[in-house]
Amino acid sequence: MSAERGEVWTLAEVRDGVIHPVSWELLAWGRKLADKLGSRLASVVLGSGIANQTDGLVRHGADVVYVVDEPELATYRPDAYNAVLVSLAKEYKPEIFIASATTTGRTVMPVLYVDLETGLTADCTGLDIDPETKLLLQTRPAIGGNVMADIRTPNTKPQMCTVRPRSKKPLAPDAGRKGEVIAKRGSPADLASVYQRLSFEREKAVGLPIQDAEIIVAGGKGMKNPKNFAMLEELARRLGGSVGASRQAVDLSWAPYSAQVGLSGKSVTPRIYIACGISGAVQHLAGMSASDTVIAINTDPDAPIFRVADVGIVGDAMEIVPKLIEMCPDCGRKGGQAR
Amino acid sequence: MRMAVLVKQVPATENIRIDETTGTMIREGVEAELNPLDLHAVEEAVRLKERLGGEITVISMGPPTARRAVASAIAMGCDRGCLISDRKFAGSDTLATALTLAEGIRKCGEFDVILAGERATDGETGQVGPAVGRYLGASVVTYVSKVASVEESRIVLERAVEGGHETISAPLPALLCVVKEINTPRLCTLSGKMRARRTEIPLLDAASLGIPDSKLGLNGSPTKVVRVMYPQITRNGKIFSMADDPDGAVRAVFDLLRERGAIEEVASDVR
Ligand SMILES: Cc1cc2nc3c(=O)[nH]c(=O)nc-3n(C[C@H](O)[C@H](O)[C@H](O)COP(=O)(O)OP(=O)(O)OC[C@H]3O[C@@H](n4cnc5c(N)ncnc54)[C@H](O)[C@@H]3O)c2cc1C
Ligand SMILES: Nc1ncnc2c1ncn2[C@@H]1O[C@H](COP(=O)(O)O)[C@@H](O)[C@H]1O
Repeated sequence: MSAERGEVWTLAEVRDGVIHPVSWELLAWGRKLADKLGSRLASVVLGSGIANQTDGLVRHGADVVYVVDEPELATYRPDAYNAVLVSLAKEYKPEIFIASATTTGRTVMPVLYVDLETGLTADCTGLDIDPETKLLLQTRPAIGGNVMADIRTPNTKPQMCTVRPRSKKPLAPDAGRKGEVIAKRGSPADLASVYQRLSFEREKAVGLPIQDAEIIVAGGKGMKNPKNFAMLEELARRLGGSVGASRQAVDLSWAPYSAQVGLSGKSVTPRIYIACGISGAVQHLAGMSASDTVIAINTDPDAPIFRVADVGIVGDAMEIVPKLIEMCPDCGRKGGQAR
Repeated sequence: MRMAVLVKQVPATENIRIDETTGTMIREGVEAELNPLDLHAVEEAVRLKERLGGEITVISMGPPTARRAVASAIAMGCDRGCLISDRKFAGSDTLATALTLAEGIRKCGEFDVILAGERATDGETGQVGPAVGRYLGASVVTYVSKVASVEESRIVLERAVEGGHETISAPLPALLCVVKEINTPRLCTLSGKMRARRTEIPLLDAASLGIPDSKLGLNGSPTKVVRVMYPQITRNGKIFSMADDPDGAVRAVFDLLRERGAIEEVASDVR
């Protein structure tokens, strides 16, 4: 038998020099897995000036934090990030390594798993430990959400996957939790990077990126024209949410591509998804049917979106949305409140 | 510029069917198409060729019928193509696929830029592109929304990430995974289709790649699918009609929003 089981690792997500709350969700998954395995839960955090932020990771469930705080890691640089992670993984040999299915996680992991010669499962919505084999059971949607597959990585370690943001609620932070913080240095060779980040242009949009949003007010071709999309923005702002769109609406330039929900856009799992003038084609449902609560507004009683709705209104969005706006108090929110 | 584009043949999303007993996709009789997101990779390569000159090789791994995907990319303006196909590749996960593609690319020549789609609409992993880049030792740049400039030995790219766009510079050779936002793919012209028909598409099999059997197909795949389920997504929600009960309908939505904590309570009662 092998000695002590390796640790369960999560990759903390750092954006603009701050640990992003999506990292707490990963820790909630990780805690469940580590407890079932009887092993320690560790979070790995790479960045610059982040050493004083490790408390948050401990409070949200980590037993151990590996922190690599180096100026070279101030922004995400694929090669340096990868080299540092390869070195850490080779030193500590984690059992499981999970990251968020964000643009960073979905770039870091598919490079890292090649170097570690192991398996990687994309965009999981469920994780568990198989009681018999003690292997990681990874559940993920495929083929536009028409299929859910359980996937295992039986023979290689670490068992790696990316996890869809908002697929689990973070644990309530516990200020009393104690954890071990292990500061690591990156070797000069590991930290060297051939990439240069030249600039960053922030998108002007109501609220958070839709992948992070708790509430999404989405519009489709049934919104008729770009001016009516302003209504959706106003409702989103009042609800503290973000604006999403169907492909039709994006193709018509009523909304930016970053707002597209669906098979060729983003997969989202908000607490509330409000679909206005969206028919609910399978390719659209693929991106939003996992939302907690779905509200649909459509003039066509047979629109497939009603099949996935908790509450639906057969009616004209241009009449209903203004009524909702009127009923929602304007608390001066800017939309997309962080959790 | 020497360019390669990776295209995958996928079942047209409208008519995907699953064999309930084996849990595998039924590919026979299902119309196949070139992965819609790969059209953007092909288009970008053709635009780069128009801008900077060069040659484009389309590469696909799949069953013999995937030749059609290669041909349609040629019809859009690529110069030559190659199909990597062998029964031994069956059951490849993303790691085995990436290794096979990387070796296939090596056999096709040397490239400055390799383009892939963000993800395929069947597996939807988005892992193959970056992994191919890693195997080739190329720069890997994902979520590319714009090719800003190509210099002697570097490329400047815009990436669509959460909250905005970042501009980065990376050395060549580089593997780019492009997003839909990058361009609008052109339709194939009749002359393009005729050229595609005339263009021979050579086949690379396992033997010609020199990869040991242990790294191919099912054997070379660290991940195993153990179960496939068909989720029920019907929610049987309450449906209201504006024609019958406009106030009740809007009220029901409002109440649900409130119940789910979307509406901040102000003063005593907003009603
Ligand atoms: C490979 C592939 C990938 C795709 N990827 C995506 C994707 O990522 N995301 C996506 O969304 N789609 C995607 N699609 C497209 C998808 O098939 C649909 O075409 C698209 O989702 C339809 O958008 P829509 O609902 O806005 O428009 P429509 O289907 O035209 O629906 C408009 C709806 O608005 C309703 N309506 C009209 N007037 C009003 C009114 N006054 N008030 C209320 N309702 C009204 C109509 O009844 C109708 O149901 C993809 C397709 C393919 C083939
Ligand atoms: N079998 C394949 N042949 C050629 N290219 C592929 C293949 N599989 C994946 N790709 C490329 O990798 C991208 C991502 O695919 P995936 O990781 O399967 O979502 C696709 O858009 C293609 O560009």
